[in-house]
Amino acid sequence: MVDLSVSGRTGTQSMHDSYMAMTRRKRAYGGIILGVFVVLMVTGFQTVDARSAGGFWEGLPRIFDFPAGVVTEAWDRIDRMPANLAQFFPALIETINIAAVSTLVGALLGLVLSLLSTRGLAKWPRLIPVFRRIMDIMRALPEIVIALVLIFILGGGPIPAMIAIAFHTAGALGKLFSEVAENADLKPVEGLASVGANWSQRMLLGVIPQVAPNYLSYTLMRFEINIRASAILGFVGAGGIGYELRNAMTFGMGRFDLAAAIFVLLFLTIVFFDQISSFYRNKLVKGYHA
Amino acid sequence: MTMLSTNGDLRQQTADMFTRKKRIALAVPAVIFAYFVYVFIAFDVAGLADRARMDNARTLVADAYSYKTHVARDNRDAELLFAIEGSRAGTYPAGEYPEWVSVDGTNMVVDLGGGNFVRYLDDTLVTFESPDFDTITLQLVDDVVVTNLPDPAPSWVNASDTRVSITTDAGRLTYTRSKAEVFRYSNGWELFFFTLASPYHGAGLVDILAGPQLDDSRSNIVGAWQDFWGNTLWRHTDVMWALGETVLMAFLGTFGAAIIALPLAFLAAKNFAPVVAVRFAVRRVFDFVRGVDGLIWTIILSRAFGPGPLTGALAILVTDVGGFGKSFSEALENVDEKQIEGVQSTGAKPIQRYRFGVIPQVTPILLSQILYYFESNTRSATIIGAITGGGIGLFLTQAMQTQNDWEKVTYYIILIVIMVMVMDTVSGWLRRKLIKGDGEGH
Repeated sequence: MVDLSVSGRTGTQSMHDSYMAMTRRKRAYGGIILGVFVVLMVTGFQTVDARSAGGFWEGLPRIFDFPAGVVTEAWDRIDRMPANLAQFFPALIETINIAAVSTLVGALLGLVLSLLSTRGLAKWPRLIPVFRRIMDIMRALPEIVIALVLIFILGGGPIPAMIAIAFHTAGALGKLFSEVAENADLKPVEGLASVGANWSQRMLLGVIPQVAPNYLSYTLMRFEINIRASAILGFVGAGGIGYELRNAMTFGMGRFDLAAAIFVLLFLTIVFFDQISSFYRNKLVKGYHA
Repeated sequence: MTMLSTNGDLRQQTADMFTRKKRIALAVPAVIFAYFVYVFIAFDVAGLADRARMDNARTLVADAYSYKTHVARDNRDAELLFAIEGSRAGTYPAGEYPEWVSVDGTNMVVDLGGGNFVRYLDDTLVTFESPDFDTITLQLVDDVVVTNLPDPAPSWVNASDTRVSITTDAGRLTYTRSKAEVFRYSNGWELFFFTLASPYHGAGLVDILAGPQLDDSRSNIVGAWQDFWGNTLWRHTDVMWALGETVLMAFLGTFGAAIIALPLAFLAAKNFAPVVAVRFAVRRVFDFVRGVDGLIWTIILSRAFGPGPLTGALAILVTDVGGFGKSFSEALENVDEKQIEGVQSTGAKPIQRYRFGVIPQVTPILLSQILYYFESNTRSATIIGAITGGGIGLFLTQAMQTQNDWEKVTYYIILIVIMVMVMDTVSGWLRRKLIKGDGEGH
């Protein structure tokens, strides 16, 4: 009787001890990781601060100088705002076109690449790793690299930006698409194969209808990203609103009303397409699951 | 009777549905095609052939895997110059020259390979011998370049009174009033490891590891290491710093944004926000910050903080506060209330409820999102660096602007791809570890 109660107590005791030891170890690990993280953040910040032209603490009070200047100038010449907005509207259309075409082209390419690199669907199963590596490299190349090289060859304008974004999009969407396609039901594909459908027919009729809602949803998300990307590429010389923004910035003080008009256009466009895209994405995903 | 009519209805409905589907199946590709046609015209794709500079493309590709050696003789003082890529660091020391040149006083013969020879003779006379065409002679007479070229000159020759350039596959000869210069192309990146000033130039790996000491003052391995990192032409140290800077920009921006966004996300989440007005306001702030976009933040911040990685890090930080805020608050809205109630039932205070009921639930999701952003921000940091001037993006744009350092551009592109792929792999591995078996991999 006495023995039993003692052994029971030691049992709980040892369990309690080992639990506490485990918790302490976990906390110690957490503490070490947190410490390393804090050190990395602090030293990283100091390094970046030291390697920059202007320091963080000198720049901080000036952070609102430029926005304030832009706003006051734009407000002083508010009567010119409609004319300015109209002036840059064609450039905005070009930026949206770049994004739209590159998303379309990239999505079509990504679609083909994804089907070619998915187990069970690939036309040449042995080449799956090859297509995967191709997509990895396409994804890894930032748009700006391709755009700058193409601007050198093809000259400025929307086409280099379009090709650059489409290339990156194909890699990025290809990966997401192939993750979706991996979960596709193979029964329709087998059914189609049994009636003698060739590879493209099997994909078009057996796989695409299954994955279309998810593919469309990813493509819309990519379109949002690509509008931003095409504005940035314009800034390095690839046409569209980004190019106009760079020009407006070089005019400097006195013409910031132009920059303000571009900021307004860009902001409204991004918000507009974000809203539309998230609305349709919700609809697509919900409609699919329902 | 009723059944029949329903049947007919059903058949009609099905037929209608099929017609509609058929129409959509035809209309969607037609609309896309029409859009492509519109863009084809709007972007002036047809005019691309005129605008495209295929010679630029050729220089780019050739430069990417080969280097050129400039061999020149001054037309005034007959001084000879040998320089790889025409750069100071690649200039041969006086009295030394590549083995495919034979020098005799101020005269020399440049062997371009394949039976092509450029002979520098007395008194500014230069001849270009080739099995493909009659020997061309060039000479400066009364400050005018005189040649024996037929009129009109062949298409691969660009000739005027002051300048003649002959471009062949073997190499290029440019004759101006001041000098006669030959470019000879060779494969490889000649000065990638060591410049000509280094005693280790031309030495193989075996020579350095096991060969005799090449420099009296240093051991071979130390000296080679120093000269490699100190290479003034390829600037390996600076390039590595730039790569590190780019990753650092992404790191500081991403994690800084996460630290700022987390508390704000609690204010924006439906199930945690104390006041509706605050929740609404915080959400609008997130939307605004995201809508303004990295490009505009970069421009605004570069005005305050000047060019450099600091601006890039802050631009990433500000933009991502919006993105993180939105996704964190969504994650918080999806937490399981049962675990919080469980913690509460043991008598936990609010802070303890958050600490033990909420944080353990959301940590894997948040960390996985942070890592995903970190990985994609490495790419963004390259782009932002090209705009503000920091990191490898700056090196890339600088090398492109000179328009003849394409081997460096190639090198940087390879480095960027490796950097991004390493980041992808590491973050993908960490994310998989974090959400083991969860299957919710983003």
